[in-house]
Amino acid sequence: MLLFAFTASCIFLVLMIFLCLYRAYVGPTVADRVISINVISTKAVAIMTLVSIIYHKEYFLDIALVYALISFLATIGVAKYLQKGVLE
Amino acid sequence: MEIISFIVLIFGIFFFMVGVVGLLRFPDVYTRLHATTKCDTLGIGLILFSIMLYQGFTGPSVKIGIIIIFIWLSNPTAAHAIAKAAYSVDIPMIKGTVFADQSKEESSSW
Repeated sequence: MLLFAFTASCIFLVLMIFLCLYRAYVGPTVADRVISINVISTKAVAIMTLVSIIYHKEYFLDIALVYALISFLATIGVAKYLQKGVLE
Repeated sequence: MEIISFIVLIFGIFFFMVGVVGLLRFPDVYTRLHATTKCDTLGIGLILFSIMLYQGFTGPSVKIGIIIIFIWLSNPTAAHAIAKAAYSVDIPMIKGTVFADQSKEESSSW
């Protein structure tokens, strides 16, 4: 019963990712797009964890942890490039 | 235990939905950042805590706890970096913003 709720929340999170993609496409400045990609990556971590529970695959949790780390590094990198103009 | 897990899951989905509405509706970079960062941090914490309650104390549950701790550390840090970068390259704020920093107010035009 609760697995059905997990599946339904997965589908709902995917629909909200499409709403975030609208902001990433329209967004008037660069920072709007960075914020939108950050939100999408957070939702993707939640979806990966839900999928690992639904299908009983434990290694999806490792993938979710690495994805969270990479998205954090990407956000920090884009913010530093936006502020200083160089990446070094 | 399943009832508590379901209620926590619904609260997490609700906070994600509030964050997306704030991302779509707010007029400014800084207000969008204010809406999405707090709602997403709390929402993913609640959803992963609901999965931890569903599983009980096992090996994957400890891994999910590590993911929660890492996201609660990294998400506000990333938001702070974006806000500092957007403020330093003068991305404009919404009309009617009151500054506490007087030197920034004199040099700007709105």
